[in-house]
Amino acid sequence: MNEEKEVTEEEQPLVLQKLQDKFGDALLASTEIRQGVAVVVNKENSYALLEYLKTDLAYSYLVDVTAVDNSKLESELMQYDYARFMVVYHLYTYEGETSRIRVKVPVHEKDLKIPSVIELWKGANWLERETYDMFGIEFEGHPDLRRILMPDDFEGHPLRKDYPLRGRGERESFNFEKQNV
Amino acid sequence: MGLDFGSSTEQTDGNIITTTIDKVVNWGRKNSLWPMPFGTACCAIEMMATLASKFDLSRFGSEAIRFSPRQSDLLIVSGRISIKMMPVLKRIYDQMPEPKWVISMGACASCGGVFDTYTLIQGVDQFLPVDVYIPGCPPRPEDLIDAVMQVQRQITKGELPKGSEVAYNE
Amino acid sequence: MQGGMERTTGEKMVLNFGPQHPATHGTLRIVLELDGESVVKATPHCGYLHTGFEKLGEHLDYNQYIVVTDRMNYLSPLSNNFGYVLAVEQLLGIEVPERCQYIRVLMAELSRLADHLLWLGTAALDLGAFSVFLYSFREREKLYSIFEKTTGARLTTSYTRVGGVFRDLYDGFENDARDFITNFPKALKETHTLLTRNRIWMDRTKGVGAISSDDAINYGLTGPCLRATGVAHDLRKAEPYSSYEKFDFDVPVGTNGDSYDRYLVRMEEMIQSCRIIRQALDNLPDGPFSLEDNKVMMPDKSDAYGHIEGLIHHFKIVMDGHGVQPPKGEDYCATESPNGELGFYIVSDGSGTGYRIRIRPPSFFHFQALPHMLEGGMVSDTVAVLGSLNVIAGELDR
Repeated sequence: MNEEKEVTEEEQPLVLQKLQDKFGDALLASTEIRQGVAVVVNKENSYALLEYLKTDLAYSYLVDVTAVDNSKLESELMQYDYARFMVVYHLYTYEGETSRIRVKVPVHEKDLKIPSVIELWKGANWLERETYDMFGIEFEGHPDLRRILMPDDFEGHPLRKDYPLRGRGERESFNFEKQNV
Repeated sequence: MGLDFGSSTEQTDGNIITTTIDKVVNWGRKNSLWPMPFGTACCAIEMMATLASKFDLSRFGSEAIRFSPRQSDLLIVSGRISIKMMPVLKRIYDQMPEPKWVISMGACASCGGVFDTYTLIQGVDQFLPVDVYIPGCPPRPEDLIDAVMQVQRQITKGELPKGSEVAYNE
Repeated sequence: MQGGMERTTGEKMVLNFGPQHPATHGTLRIVLELDGESVVKATPHCGYLHTGFEKLGEHLDYNQYIVVTDRMNYLSPLSNNFGYVLAVEQLLGIEVPERCQYIRVLMAELSRLADHLLWLGTAALDLGAFSVFLYSFREREKLYSIFEKTTGARLTTSYTRVGGVFRDLYDGFENDARDFITNFPKALKETHTLLTRNRIWMDRTKGVGAISSDDAINYGLTGPCLRATGVAHDLRKAEPYSSYEKFDFDVPVGTNGDSYDRYLVRMEEMIQSCRIIRQALDNLPDGPFSLEDNKVMMPDKSDAYGHIEGLIHHFKIVMDGHGVQPPKGEDYCATESPNGELGFYIVSDGSGTGYRIRIRPPSFFHFQALPHMLEGGMVSDTVAVLGSLNVIAGELDR
């Protein structure tokens, strides 16, 4: 169900307890969701937390990496110090009860960098490329960070909220010659 | 077939027909259109259905699918064309030998369909001369067969494809 | 080539495979670096069918977006419809009546059959078995006619609504479906006799494009491609949704994770889908086919045209600022689509349109893992591996 209730000490899942013990203040928020937990962690500790989840808690399957542009969602902006973007990881484990975990990392617009997790999951490669393509978030340590869905010479990041749905005229007047076909 | 049967004598017994070269060529051309299927999305699945067991496009002489543009004379654009794909499509069209016909299959190829977004070409006719448009999202196989027959009718009449008219006018 | 058996020459050649190639199933592109006939490096490119689905989700309301999900995995649109409305319903915190859940399961399994059939046809076609293509399309046409009678469309079905389905099953549905699942295993047997022990088919697929289960998990593979490596993971079992826990079916697994195993797993899944369909038909509950909560579900068309209350309800649901408005929050909901885990991550700001709709497509991960399976193999295996993965460009590029 959708109701995300505040977790009290006694009934919270073991995974969450472990994370709280290890990361303490770095966890900015935590809630229970269907079949798992959701945590918000600051950027400095994001890699360490994901590494801990992968190696020690057996979250071996990276379901998804994406981002949300919170620039029109006032409540989220206020809560996380006006960080415009929220990078969202979904993880899954084949063992244990808390099968799913969602890790969110706020990223400020003036410092659009976040460590890449490609060392932990090979599947992160294209997901990070897509997030870079669509939002312009740079993943540090990514070996091949270039556009994936849009053409190489495309300018802008389409899934940002300030990008118009119908584009900026690129679909009527694009350059045939520049394309690498 | 549009052939004129000449007056027969008793010796030839109706075995001679007279016609013009153009008509014979067009007759052959119309019954052996070789399509180049540029299938990208949902419409390509219906195009496959048209070619397969139930609808069987070969009844109209168009089953010889050629994935090499240099061997085909009918381009079927079926599916969404993005700004990344359009140069590829243009190049494929350019590689086809004259005369060449273009069918724009489905709403996305003809006008963008439901996808009025930053990346989708709102109609391939901005960049290619389209002879027959097929409405529908996706069109039924019968619609594609009808479009092929439209092209055949144009050929029978001896009409040039729109692409060559553009070329001659320029 | 020189010297007969000599495969490598030491000289590299770059081969551009796609985006317009018969075996790429639409718009995939792979740049292959070859040494003789063996693949040294493969670089897949995607984005040739990028349509802006996720951006569109921020501008359409929740019911309008169902139409867009049809066009994502166009081999099995009903599975997409299903996965998407399930995500919205979970965001809303509602559960649909049992009959509706069964109808959705029926349609999802029928579309799984349709998806696997088309995969079978094209994968076999790529390796030169043309008759299999015709056989599978013969069966698919029967499914098309069931879909058409139920939803009104062959391909772009848009059958589900937030809170139910837009109309009940038609009168002869049970007969048609039973007829199909009785005859289908026989038809599948024809394919088995043509392919399963066929020397050419086995040579072309056995041991080709193998991936270990650890690598498969690391790359994020799901669905038949993961199960072919031996991991018995199926979301219908692991996280049952929409009454799947009430059905008795097996999860087929492979051992080697190669193209041949992927083929066998998919073949067996079709038989299991038939089992699920038979059980669903046997136990199809009576009752309403969709939620009778007028705040969420559109009223019946006859109601909207015939009664003023129905008209008002219809009007309120389709108007901006009314209708389906999930509370503020976010949810990730995954379903087992024919290709694997199809997830929808929806962020709601409390309005009638999604704030962010993220689609987690299974094909994206399968295509990403392609170099791992190709490198070191032969160039002709590229087609076999690509065919066995069933990468759908529509959901790959969105």
